[in-house]
Amino acid sequence: MIEFDVRQEEGGTVVAPRGRLTMVSARSFRETVTEVVERDGGTVVVDMSGTTFVDSSGLGALVACLKTARQAGGDLRIAAPTEQVTMVLGLTNLDRVLRPRDTVEEALVG
Amino acid sequence: MRRPEPAPGRRRGTYVSPGATTGAEALDDRPRTSVDGTPWSPARAPEVQLRRGTDPMSTRATRPRRRAHARGRTGRTGRPVALPPRRVHAHRAPAPVTSWWRLALIRVIVLLTALLGLNYIVWRWLASVNWDSWWIAVPLVLAETFSLVDSLLFGLGAWRLRERGTAPPPDPEATVDVLVTTYDEPLDLVMRTARAAQRIRFPHATWILDDGDRPELRALAEAEGIGVVVRSSAWTADVPRHAKAGNLNNALMVTEGEFLLILDADQVPEPEILERTLGWFRDERVALVQTPQWFENTSESDPLGSQAPLFYGPIQQSKDGWNAAFFCGSNAILRREALMQLGVSRYVSEVTIAVHRAVRSSRRILDRALVAHRDEPRAVRALEEVSAALEELRGQVAEGEALADVTWAFQRRIDSVRRTLSDEDVAAMRADLAELAAMTDEPEALAAADEDAFAALGDADWSPLAAIESVSLLVSAFDVGREDEAQAIMPLATISVTEDMATSMRLHGLGWRSVYHDEVLAVGLAPEDLPTMLTQRLRWAQGTMQVLFRENPLLQRGMSWGQRLMYFSTMWSYLSGFAAVVYVAAPVLYLSFGVLPVEAFSLDFFARLVPFLVLNQLLFLVVAAGRPTWRGQQYSLALFPVWIRSVTTAFQNVYRGRSLGFAVTPKTRTTAHTRRWDLVRPQLVVMAALVVSLIVVGVRYAAGQAEGVAPLVNIAWVLFDLAVFSIVVRAVSYSGPPERGEEEA
Repeated sequence: MIEFDVRQEEGGTVVAPRGRLTMVSARSFRETVTEVVERDGGTVVVDMSGTTFVDSSGLGALVACLKTARQAGGDLRIAAPTEQVTMVLGLTNLDRVLRPRDTVEEALVG
Repeated sequence: MRRPEPAPGRRRGTYVSPGATTGAEALDDRPRTSVDGTPWSPARAPEVQLRRGTDPMSTRATRPRRRAHARGRTGRTGRPVALPPRRVHAHRAPAPVTSWWRLALIRVIVLLTALLGLNYIVWRWLASVNWDSWWIAVPLVLAETFSLVDSLLFGLGAWRLRERGTAPPPDPEATVDVLVTTYDEPLDLVMRTARAAQRIRFPHATWILDDGDRPELRALAEAEGIGVVVRSSAWTADVPRHAKAGNLNNALMVTEGEFLLILDADQVPEPEILERTLGWFRDERVALVQTPQWFENTSESDPLGSQAPLFYGPIQQSKDGWNAAFFCGSNAILRREALMQLGVSRYVSEVTIAVHRAVRSSRRILDRALVAHRDEPRAVRALEEVSAALEELRGQVAEGEALADVTWAFQRRIDSVRRTLSDEDVAAMRADLAELAAMTDEPEALAAADEDAFAALGDADWSPLAAIESVSLLVSAFDVGREDEAQAIMPLATISVTEDMATSMRLHGLGWRSVYHDEVLAVGLAPEDLPTMLTQRLRWAQGTMQVLFRENPLLQRGMSWGQRLMYFSTMWSYLSGFAAVVYVAAPVLYLSFGVLPVEAFSLDFFARLVPFLVLNQLLFLVVAAGRPTWRGQQYSLALFPVWIRSVTTAFQNVYRGRSLGFAVTPKTRTTAHTRRWDLVRPQLVVMAALVVSLIVVGVRYAAGQAEGVAPLVNIAWVLFDLAVFSIVVRAVSYSGPPERGEEEA
């Protein structure tokens, strides 16, 4: 249903959820990111180019992960969102908090 | 191009040799002529009164007719408005009401034929099958049994032959819409019909239902005060168009006459068509009046067998006697109220079936989802709430509460589950955002936590409930809006390419009556070449088989047994292709290899068979009352590959979801006439085998190996088969009717 690719890059850790980020996958997403934050600290980039759909639980998970990252002294940025994700972020004004970057590289830089 | 009647021959049972097959009646094809919608206001559903049809007992089945498709006609289509002189003797005036002595004579012959036939077939099964050659003997006796059943069904119909005579005068207050259906026929052809429709004397509104949505046609029509209806905007690319049935269903929503005269694009009506027929609707239980389809562009000998004098005559009249005359797609008048009642009752029953099916499968679907998501407490909770809602719905459905109310309440409960889930998410998100704002001093975070902005997250598509896909599917099963169709109400049946037969069968099932009015009141154009004719016959046959497989008339509880048998009889006749193969193979096998399927061609045999054959032909002659029948008999046998193919393709279509296939679909009649021998290859092979068997038996005679009556019987049988199949050669060579000018010259 969903898979998470985690890889180290210069400047941070990239987490790429592939599939639908929803009520039934939000918890494992949070656990994955929390683990990354605890292990690596620093910046987490969520590569959303393979995320086809988010619902309110998925959005909630993104915000919760942002909070986790900030509390640990790092940051969480999202990159390359698909059309539906961009739309939902815009509709809820969350793009003002989670400003999407066009590419993973850009997100890693800041 | 309407469908002429099909292989009219439905002769009844000839059996064994001679007459071998029975005829397939015609079939119709309702193919293409689709309708399209125009931009009218789609909705405007006519008010539907569910008034009870009539007594169901009185209905009997008939079957519909079909139309040919117009496509092929370009060649001569563009004919001018002036009707060409009719060269075919159409039975213009309605036959007088059947006299008692005619009916008595028919009944005596029917009884005798049935007795002799049963006597013969019982003897065949019990005493004369040559089991040594069972592989041909059994098929032969089965084929003969098939033919006997065909004969008995014909006799059953003839028992109640109903020649109605003239109709009472119409109710002058009746309102009528004349609907000319077209898809891609040439404009002058359509306009010729539409202008004639305008000239119909009884007050009416004329509409062209242009499924091709051609602006030129609209301009032509509107300049002459003829309305044009095209598909409404509800017919999006996502819903099936249902060809002609869809075109008519669309038009039913935007017209409002009490009665609808339906005409294919080539069927030019006479001015008196409504005056002559509307009177039958004085009986308020009558839903349909069908008149014949007759063609002006056939030659006297009609090599393509386009005219169906037997079908549009004694066969429909037989069905009429059982209240089972059926709708043949054109040249018929329908009562709107009956159609709307049919549409509404079908809608209700389809929704009911869908809801019950969903209720039945819901438990299993939910259990499976619970297992799949057992680690996610929120999903489990949501599923439990959906289960509770379903339990309630199940109880209400069981108690017979109105489905619309029940499903509405269910959908609202599901909405609240959705809303609760997304509200929880939003609340958590807002708390996180507030914390973030406090932590990092980012005002955007707080501003983002704006209640309104999150409202959309509770919508069905974005709610977390949608994450459980099986639940989404389940919930949509309780949607009674029928979003997979352009209109919730589809009065004309869409289960078959012959919507007409299916529709009238359903009308009979609701207790409505039908009338066959045997007077030619519209004249059309038949296919003018073999490829077009073959395509048309195949479509009719396929449509009829679709109805058999999808809504077997024998199982339709709303109809009387007489009606069921009359519909079934039409379908049965289309199975003749299989029998035809046996009727050809048996004499060839005997003459060529000496394989004898019967114990002996003894006196016993002839004493039983010959009287039956003679009476069967006599019945046919008496019932036909002078109408030509030989052409129909020929085609019912000679088109055996078409009939077989219709059965196999319709079977694949209904049970395996395959397409019916559009094999030969000639675009136009080619000017340079090419002889399409390739289209009749099986028939040519059969003829070759028949000829070879004659040669072989000649050699055997010369060698002194053949003697007795058996070879003679089989030679006669082969000669009969050759006479039947010879029509194929004429059909391939046929290049259309002579041009009028030539003819008159």
